[in-house]
Amino acid sequence: MTTRDYSMLGEDGRRAVETGLAAAEWYHTEVSRKVMKDLMQRNDKAAIVDTLILYGAMIALAAAGIALWPSLWSAPFWLVYGVLYGSASDSRWHECQHGTAFKTPWMNEVVYQIACFMIVRNPNTWRWSHARHHTDTYIVGRDPEIAIMRPPAFAKVIANFFGLVDSYNGWARMLLNASGRIHPEEATFVPPAEFKKVIFVARVWVVIYAATFALAYMIGSILPLMVIGLPRLYGAWHHIMTGLLQHGGLADNVTDHRLNARTVYMNPFSRFVYWNMNYHVEHHMFPMVPYHALPKLHALIKHDLPAPNPSIAHGFREMWPALKRQLHNEEYYVRRVLPASAKPYREDFHQTALGQVAGE
Amino acid sequence: MMSNWVDACSTEDIEAEDLIRFDHGGATYAIYHAPDGAFFCTAGRCTHEDIHLADGLVMGHLIECPKHNGQFDYRTGEAKRAPVCINLKTYPVKVEGDRVLIQVA
Repeated sequence: MTTRDYSMLGEDGRRAVETGLAAAEWYHTEVSRKVMKDLMQRNDKAAIVDTLILYGAMIALAAAGIALWPSLWSAPFWLVYGVLYGSASDSRWHECQHGTAFKTPWMNEVVYQIACFMIVRNPNTWRWSHARHHTDTYIVGRDPEIAIMRPPAFAKVIANFFGLVDSYNGWARMLLNASGRIHPEEATFVPPAEFKKVIFVARVWVVIYAATFALAYMIGSILPLMVIGLPRLYGAWHHIMTGLLQHGGLADNVTDHRLNARTVYMNPFSRFVYWNMNYHVEHHMFPMVPYHALPKLHALIKHDLPAPNPSIAHGFREMWPALKRQLHNEEYYVRRVLPASAKPYREDFHQTALGQVAGE
Repeated sequence: MMSNWVDACSTEDIEAEDLIRFDHGGATYAIYHAPDGAFFCTAGRCTHEDIHLADGLVMGHLIECPKHNGQFDYRTGEAKRAPVCINLKTYPVKVEGDRVLIQVA
């Protein structure tokens, strides 16, 4: 059994580059150019409507929470506000980073900057880390966004349902960057020309948090922190719940997204919060398709993909036992079964990974 | 150096606001048909990572890379949106009759 080295500066990353596993050519389902061009088309309307609903709901919920504070009756409003702040910001950050949410570039940028602040991810650093995630999805030592490493650290995973690990890392990194420094791992994927921007944004954020703390101190209440900062913790559970399903328990070190990503059917509220990223295999295969066109793309290519999980609960019932097995066997993963209509996995590409499961 | 005009394709081969891939002499190119009817040519692969631009999306005078959504102005090759930082090489194009020719050397 191997022990994986997830460091961007470690042995596994070096080996992935050496063997060509890094920056490899990935499998994608065939879709005609004409159809794909239609699917890739941008429009502002869908994202403007969604954004008005999102920010409008956040303002109304925060206002109700403040009005009812400190009564327990304010709790339901904070709980929903928290999900929109601490979880919808994850999907908005993601889609706007791709530049696919809106047709108009400045709209993508504005929503991106706001979402990055709420989710505590430096907009300049994470732009580059996510590019790497798409180049080397779940390639150990190359992908800086592997949510569940092997063996899984369950305590961290569970703590993250309350945002504890990610937000601590985000705020710690913010302070480091604000002090004028760049972490050595960041430096492996952020171009040096961008360092100044990373530091500038971190300093702006520090000022915003300092003002929020100062206001809380002045009025003798944590209420300002209920609006800014704390919802990153009490509202994180939804994006962790959906985010873990993206790749959790599936293969790593493969070059076929059907083996390492999961599509899950979800309820309308979760799809709104998650901006359709439940169609995750489709998103990885064709990252230029905007979130609002993913259901169409799914209908078009599902004959070539493993059957989607029919619900979030079903996805967890598949993933959680696999994670538990990975505690004792790092090589174990759930091999998704392809329908008869699909092109088979390239056994020659994935011989090691596929052989390990088959040989169990 | 002698100029080397190569017959790349017909004007009908590329829809307006689209591109095609063209391979020649061991190199690969992207040929664009702009919305205003003009034709342009750039190197075929994104300068960020080794991804061919032919599967990308043309929006006005921008080409967006299909892998990471980086954008270039294909008229000048200028990198316009992260994660691309390095400009794309461009090549002269001329149209003779219904043929599109590119100058590759």
